[in-house]
Amino acid sequence: MRNVYVLGTGMLKFGRYPEKNVPELGGDAVELALKDAGIKIQDIEMLACGNLYQSNAMVGQRILQQVGQTGMPVINVSNACATGSTAFREAYMAIAAGMYDCAMAVGVEQMGKQGLLGGGGGGTDPAYSTEGKVGSSLMPAVFGQAGIEHMRNYGTKMEHFAKISVKSHKHATKNPYSQYRNEVSLEDVMNARMVAYPNTLYMCCPTGDGAAAAILVSEDKLKQWAGGRKRPRVAASILTSDPYTDRDLTFPDVSTLTQRASKKAYETAGIGPKDIALTELHDCFATAELVHYENLFLCGKGEAGEFIDKKGGVHPDLGGHSPVNVSGGLLSKGHPLGATGVANICEVVWHLTEDERCKDRQVKGAKAGQAHVIGLGSACTINILTV
Amino acid sequence: MAEQAKATTTDTGPRPILPFLELGANPHLRGFKCTCGAVYLDVKRVACSKCGEQNKFSPLALSNKGKVYVFSVVHQSWPGIKTPYITAIVDLPEGVSVKANLLDVDPEQAQKEPKKIFDMPVDMVTFPAAKDREGHEVIGFGYKPSK
Repeated sequence: MRNVYVLGTGMLKFGRYPEKNVPELGGDAVELALKDAGIKIQDIEMLACGNLYQSNAMVGQRILQQVGQTGMPVINVSNACATGSTAFREAYMAIAAGMYDCAMAVGVEQMGKQGLLGGGGGGTDPAYSTEGKVGSSLMPAVFGQAGIEHMRNYGTKMEHFAKISVKSHKHATKNPYSQYRNEVSLEDVMNARMVAYPNTLYMCCPTGDGAAAAILVSEDKLKQWAGGRKRPRVAASILTSDPYTDRDLTFPDVSTLTQRASKKAYETAGIGPKDIALTELHDCFATAELVHYENLFLCGKGEAGEFIDKKGGVHPDLGGHSPVNVSGGLLSKGHPLGATGVANICEVVWHLTEDERCKDRQVKGAKAGQAHVIGLGSACTINILTV
Repeated sequence: MAEQAKATTTDTGPRPILPFLELGANPHLRGFKCTCGAVYLDVKRVACSKCGEQNKFSPLALSNKGKVYVFSVVHQSWPGIKTPYITAIVDLPEGVSVKANLLDVDPEQAQKEPKKIFDMPVDMVTFPAAKDREGHEVIGFGYKPSK
């Protein structure tokens, strides 16, 4: 396998763009990435495009209509919340395998004010919808249960989940690309409207619109185009699906596939959790972030509560260690599904290259970072980048 | 499918909300078991998700008694769905788990003292959940604390 580098990145501030459509949002991100890379659309040999809600509508090709139809091969990717990061991995593999020297990954989504996700069903007759009659499939409840399992096994308290939300909101105040930038206190989080116990409003990510793009290149093209600029190498790009577990039909297991991906990612990159300067992980809910501290081996099994109490996950500038979601995470930055996986790679790249776009939240001296995404159903990606 | 179509025209009786709920005098859930040990609710499956083998399944009537593993309390749901309600993962002794509402337990109290819900012994009950477009009563199921 050949070395692969991220030459350029682009990301729109997550939020709501009712005046734009999906290909325009994607096109805007592409233009930013091209400018950052210092190349033209004609230099890109292949596009992998991640989008969920229009996955049958050739979004990648429609983006190229916006920015230049060069005739390059296009793959449209759909993999739940891991859609964007799976597209990134497609571009990575194409270069690592020696097929192309320059490939682009785009993640884009337009959700608007969609509200709750999950809990549909019933086919053509709503009388057979089970939501609220035979349990719940709403995402806040599904991920709430993952947190409650941790409470059950390790005595974790609701305050632990709430502290994660406080931390990530604080981080977001330094990120102009974040959908929300308001600070919240522990009391605000604890007393906010309960959505699905133990997830209150501020422990749930918002819906929204957004796009992000990354341009990946081989070593040859890096030498040709980077012009001495520091650019990170993709040290590991891992994808897993959920292995069989006894309860997974009714209680999705978000941990096993993440642990497998994480072990494989550290092994492939040849580094360990202590070498990771920053982690962007999939905090669709505060309960999810807590279990992923352990799944990514940032702390030991059952130790996530203590990790939080000792300021684990908090930006070093705020007196913390092992920073997690310095972007504000999905909780504040937002979670336009298909865009998320590319955007969190952008965040890691910016810290590793001391990019202007993360100057107020720069994790100093960062040499390695990881971006983790889980898509329920399930898919897990972990990308480790190093400089 | 042919049987179901025939039933539609001649039968106006109750229908289960999910295919693995057996109605009648002794309502219970149906499952099947693979020789590798994996147990499933009765939903069609080409081969076993655990071992990948085909044709190793045998049917299994599931117990109406179980224990709560974890739960959540839903306070915000789709329009028209009454909140709050407790959604629970119930482990059955056959080795399969079921998702259903936990009934006759105060949702606010469950949030205050989650430990009292873990491992709570429960019994399955059925109830009329809705009426479908053809006029059939749709029967749902849930769990209540064992007496």
